[in-house]
Amino acid sequence: MQGLDFSVVLPYSGILWMGVWWTVVLTVSSAVVSFIFGIVFAVTLLYAPKIVTYPVRSFIWLFMGTPLLLQLFLIYYGLVQIGIDIPALAAGIIGLGLHFAVYNADILRAGIVAVDPGQAEGARSIGFSRLQTLRYVVVPQAVRNTAPPIGSNMIALLKESSLVSVIGIAELVHAAQLGISETFRPFEFYLTAAALYYILNLVLEAGLRRVERKVEVSR
Amino acid sequence: MTDLRPMVEVKGARKSFGALQVLKGIDLSVDRGQIVAIIGPSGSGKSTLLRSINHLETLNAGEVWLDGELVNQPLKGRAFERHINAVRQQMGMVFQHFNLFPHLSVLDNITMGPIVLKGTSKRDARGLAEELLGKVGLAEKIDEFPSRLSGGQKQRVAIARALAMQPKVMLFDEATSALDPELVDEVNAVMRQLAAEHMTMLIVTHEMRFAGEVADRVLFMDGGVVVEEGVPQDMFRAPQHERTRTFLRKYLAA
Repeated sequence: MQGLDFSVVLPYSGILWMGVWWTVVLTVSSAVVSFIFGIVFAVTLLYAPKIVTYPVRSFIWLFMGTPLLLQLFLIYYGLVQIGIDIPALAAGIIGLGLHFAVYNADILRAGIVAVDPGQAEGARSIGFSRLQTLRYVVVPQAVRNTAPPIGSNMIALLKESSLVSVIGIAELVHAAQLGISETFRPFEFYLTAAALYYILNLVLEAGLRRVERKVEVSR
Repeated sequence: MTDLRPMVEVKGARKSFGALQVLKGIDLSVDRGQIVAIIGPSGSGKSTLLRSINHLETLNAGEVWLDGELVNQPLKGRAFERHINAVRQQMGMVFQHFNLFPHLSVLDNITMGPIVLKGTSKRDARGLAEELLGKVGLAEKIDEFPSRLSGGQKQRVAIARALAMQPKVMLFDEATSALDPELVDEVNAVMRQLAAEHMTMLIVTHEMRFAGEVADRVLFMDGGVVVEEGVPQDMFRAPQHERTRTFLRKYLAA
């Protein structure tokens, strides 16, 4: 039996910091993608003609009903076969982004429906079009009202971003595995990685709280 | 220069919600600068009539005209959207529950319409907001959010928001019904001021005293028809119809 010795991690701190950096890049980019597509999906499902909503709904079911891991494989390894070669980072961002967009869409859809119909009437009475009403009045309020569940979703996204290590992106888990392959000390490296994820999420959580507090005044 | 064309005209308005006939053929004409109060029991169709004027409700039959322009034109799809959005810019609407945008400051509530729809510059829009807030007595609240305002203050901001589009007519849908009694007067004062400035107004209200004081003409609606209309003095002192008398007795006794 070996005792725990975290000094083995120290020589790899540069690689681990790079891992943290890529995890942050992935998470932030995927969060943006998931947010934008979440709104687009939600609005489409609610207001587009059926000919558009059916394919979007099928797409959403596909993304909800299959594992993220498989989706990443399909986007990165699968699409190459039909001539679509997407770089690993982009594939990771698209996969994570769309996967979480589907969940955000569900939350936002409920949020949009929950906005008082009087809000849309107020906007329409000034002369806003349907689209302007959504853009300036309904969606901003839906986003504010659903900030907490969307925030939880983003915390999940940060953690799930570890899955993209399998398509060779040098994020945190990937960096830890690199260290392990050279030192054969999985416990120290995985614990270090876990601690770093935890800290990242604490920071994210604090950021989300700030957003929520700010949003509270304007509800 | 006088323009004799009515500002608002409704001809043969009919509206049903399912089997329920809410408007059974309403005719109404409001002249430039005139103030018309619409009174009547709940469910008489007065709010529906008002909402039909700016097409928040779609009439089943009949015509609505604003300043010589047909509001409910037989256009389809996008063409109608464009038309109705342009028409609505010329009509200010004030709602019972204010419908201020809670995610925007008082300033942004007022300026969003002019900025987005009319391309007004932010600076000019701010100037306009300051002027209108001064008018409704809320200059110091320009940077507040609606959640920090009382009901009466919210309604005054809502009036300023409607006025910011420089409408030809203002529609008030029970603007004071949701307010605590002590807050009613501050909103009425603003409406009185608009009256003094000869704003054309249609006011759906339960406040007989205010209606009598401010309106040039009062319409009594019941069961989807205009039962009686006239100048306030005649309507309130000597109503011709039994239904009007019964209704007014209840209200004036209260």
